[in-house]
Amino acid sequence: MNSISLKFVREPINKHLQKIPLGIIHVIPERCKECNYCIELCPRDVLKVGEERNFKGYRWPVIADGKALDCIACKMCEWICPEFAIFVKEVDRTEWIKS
Amino acid sequence: MVEVQVLREVVSSESPRDDLIRRERFPHIWCPGCGLGTVLKCYVEAIASSDIPRDKHVIVSGIGCSGRMAGYVNIDSYHVTHGRPIAFAEGMKIVRPDLEVTVISGDGDLVTIGGNHFIHAIRRNVDINVFLVNNFIYGMTGNQYGSTTPLGARSSTSPYGCPEYPFNLPLLAAALGAPFVARWTTLHVRQLAEAMKKAMKVKGFAFIEIISPCPVGFGSYNEMREGMDFIKFFLENCIVDHNADLNKVAISMRPGDPIILGNFVEREAPTYHDLEREVFRKAGWLK
Ligand SMILES: Cc1ncc(C[n+]2csc(CCOP(=O)(O)OP(=O)(O)O)c2C)c(N)n1
Ligand code: SF4
Ligand code: SF4
Ligand code: SF4
Repeated sequence: MNSISLKFVREPINKHLQKIPLGIIHVIPERCKECNYCIELCPRDVLKVGEERNFKGYRWPVIADGKALDCIACKMCEWICPEFAIFVKEVDRTEWIKS
Repeated sequence: MVEVQVLREVVSSESPRDDLIRRERFPHIWCPGCGLGTVLKCYVEAIASSDIPRDKHVIVSGIGCSGRMAGYVNIDSYHVTHGRPIAFAEGMKIVRPDLEVTVISGDGDLVTIGGNHFIHAIRRNVDINVFLVNNFIYGMTGNQYGSTTPLGARSSTSPYGCPEYPFNLPLLAAALGAPFVARWTTLHVRQLAEAMKKAMKVKGFAFIEIISPCPVGFGSYNEMREGMDFIKFFLENCIVDHNADLNKVAISMRPGDPIILGNFVEREAPTYHDLEREVFRKAGWLK
């Protein structure tokens, strides 16, 4: 979807200098109430419903298969979460992958 | 080790915002998908990024699900009788003008039972912020309809549809002269937090109507049983128009009828505090 729409966008000459941030996703399982806001509103479909349940019976979000590097640290999940149960730490993508 | 971290989410026990919430009370009492937690998030972010020191911020809430808000914020917080948070906040601001006083409470609390305080605090232009969480219903007491329930909407006391017109709150607040009037939903998190930050800077009465999902109360009577049903409704029906004609922003919650959002009014007007000082000077009580 993204690659198709990007085809029509002129490639910036300084593209090699542009950085897409990477987000390291943190969850607090005991706080989650499985409202699915984070999963549904993530622009990159990074998250999915997990399998484990917390003490209240809710399944907290986990990273979907193969999506770990897709998080761009936009923090929509963190902002919308009514439970303060998910947050994202932004790191430098190239630095992180190199290390 | 590094690779394991990046391929999986990190399990944590506290969030970076735990400094501003009463973390020992989490998980809070609100239902799954309730918008009140998102309102709390936006409020604490607005506090954190405001230029006002934390110990100058105070929050006042009334009674209801929304009324629990004060109990979750890690600043001086006041939980007062039903319908009276604005009266309480006015008193506090008049005695302690150095404080940044914010009321966060429900539609039932602030404009149904407490409607008269709302009207008169705006008329006087008392320098407080009022963030009204509108879930269109009296949630906590069993989903009775109130002054914000859209015409025709169902509730426990209107199973065949509400026979009353709801308040158009931005129009009411603007007509009374409020210097700042905005409306956002809990989906518009960044705009909402920005509006809250602006409200904290405004001299005078700053009003934000926050449209908030109530899947267990309003939603269960109106085919929106999940929080996401509300969010999808917002995605499909919200229009941002800062210059909207406020006569036309009443909410019907019928698909196809827009929910108009924006920072509708931003103007300056002398506050109650300014005007009172003027009288004191004339009387010779102040230099
Ligand atoms: C003087 C008084 N009258 C009535 C009540 C009962 N009561 C408790 S909460 C509530 C409704 C609150 O509605 P709203 O402000 O919309 O909050 P919500 O629960 O929907 O968030 C009412 C009527 C009360 N506690 N005190
Ligand atoms: S930060 Fe943005 S991209 Fe990353 S998981 Fe959250 S919503 Fe998705
Ligand atoms: S938004 Fe928060 S509470 Fe809802 S599913 Fe995601 S982590 Fe859980
Ligand atoms: S009844 Fe509605 S407003 Fe009250 S906690 Fe539940 S979802 Fe939130």
